Amino acid sequence: MADPALHAAQPDVPYISATTESRLWRAVLMAVAFVFLGVFLVLPLVLVFMEAFRKGVEPFFATLVEHDTIKAIQLTLTVAAIAVPLNCIFGVAASWAIAKYEFKGKAFLTTLIDLPFSVSPVISGLVYVLLFGSQGWLGPWLKSHGIEILFAVPGIVLATIFVTFPFVARELIPLMQEQGTGDEEAAISLGASGWQTFWHVTLPNIKWGLLYGVLLCNARAFGEFGAVSVVSGHIRGQTNTMPLHVEILYNEYNAVGAFAVASLLAGLALVTLVLKTLLEMRYGGEIAGARRH
Amino acid sequence: MSIAAVNDGWRWKQPSVIPGFGLTLGFTLVYLTLIILIPLAALLWRSASLGWDDFVRIATGARTLNALKISFGTALAAASANVIFGTIVAWVLVRYRFPGRRIVDAMVDLPFALPTAVAGIALTTLYAPKGWLGAPLGELGIKVAYTPLGITIALIFVGLPFVVRTVQPVMEEIDREIEEAAATLGANRWQTISRVLLPGLAPAIVTGFALAFARGVGEYGSVIFIAGNLPNVSEIAPLLIVIRLEEYDYAAATGIAAIMLAISFAMLLVINLLQSWSRKRYG
Repeated sequence: MADPALHAAQPDVPYISATTESRLWRAVLMAVAFVFLGVFLVLPLVLVFMEAFRKGVEPFFATLVEHDTIKAIQLTLTVAAIAVPLNCIFGVAASWAIAKYEFKGKAFLTTLIDLPFSVSPVISGLVYVLLFGSQGWLGPWLKSHGIEILFAVPGIVLATIFVTFPFVARELIPLMQEQGTGDEEAAISLGASGWQTFWHVTLPNIKWGLLYGVLLCNARAFGEFGAVSVVSGHIRGQTNTMPLHVEILYNEYNAVGAFAVASLLAGLALVTLVLKTLLEMRYGGEIAGARRH
Repeated sequence: MSIAAVNDGWRWKQPSVIPGFGLTLGFTLVYLTLIILIPLAALLWRSASLGWDDFVRIATGARTLNALKISFGTALAAASANVIFGTIVAWVLVRYRFPGRRIVDAMVDLPFALPTAVAGIALTTLYAPKGWLGAPLGELGIKVAYTPLGITIALIFVGLPFVVRTVQPVMEEIDREIEEAAATLGANRWQTISRVLLPGLAPAIVTGFALAFARGVGEYGSVIFIAGNLPNVSEIAPLLIVIRLEEYDYAAATGIAAIMLAISFAMLLVINLLQSWSRKRYG
């Protein structure tokens, strides 16, 4: 191994390579990146847990077993349990229609599906107020029939569906487009029905991508604040989700309580990140989102 | 175009043996219409029925203008900061090997996963006058919490992954040979980066900037805690919408929302054009 050119191709060898920076510059760039990430990402995360346990374990758990907190957790779980499966079914249907067929207006449809990502969360809530509020299109009719949507659970569910709408579809569309239609055509020509083809051919192909999309959708459904805040009405113990409960506790100067509930949400975010990374490492080839990184 | 296609007339769907087109497209369109299109139409209808004079009165009110200025100004500053630091982070993640790289890489997505309200109270506590960072900065005479600078900090947090995740995959695909060629032809490292690598990364960086900017303009949860929410000074446009709604001033809320939506859609259009342009140019 006398030829230095062989070594120079490897990044760890202390030659000054033509395709990397000098040691000093590498150290500077890495220091800038780490300090930046440390200050902007790690510090706030650490602070959430430190503040939650600042007065010890007891006040932490005292907040979590309060009636209003338990109600908020229940409501958040309920909302996610409705919104995520609905958007999941939509994502599968939309990606089937878009990826398996060629039709005019497909690009436009895809843009419409992405629309909620470019709308401010506050506006996502506002549109439902304009639709169902007392001055809204359907408000008077709903009122005369005794149906409550706004400032009640259905409104919160709708707003959550709106903001988490694209997650599953946007993961599955590129994945299914990449996989093409060959497998399905083979199954159909061998006599399988449409449902059989979906369950036994398509679903196994997309399961990890689907899980990936559901993971991201779920994280947002748990954490949505702006849209839900506009439609919720902030009734304690009734229409308060976990993020809204964090706000109320914080504004009441109950920092330990606010951070205790916040630490649950931060814990969920960490679990989401771990699962997402594991999925990317293990099944990276079967997830479209993993290759965009 | 073949003669057969002309004879068949205009056909909007290619024939396929795979069943389920009607069912899946039908469900997609119904769901999309009910959840997204009708509610957005309600907003457009409302703002259209405002009348021009009312609309101009709302749009040019001092408080509205200031809120829009603050929202767009801080989002611009935050997206610019993210372009610089996000590109450096992406470069470090793509080019350098160090222990824990996977963990650092995963951490970049934290702002996507962490609820905005949690980020909001954490950043506020961090930069408050007695906070871990607020206290030392305060001694230097820099006030972060409850100022536009605080808003910018929160928007840097939420926008970071957009830049990193847009730039990173393009960086990974850079062909090392073009760098070798540049070096062989006598370019030093800085010339190679600034004249060979950065122009190729520019479309991705601009797209990341636009995505971070668009997100920053609409951001609410992480900002309202740290902003202080002083009208005309640190009040963002989304918050003004909420305030008008709480005052039952639906007209004003709708007007501000319509302005923000129009600008967001213009941004979306620019992003799509940029992406198709960069695809055409860089494959």
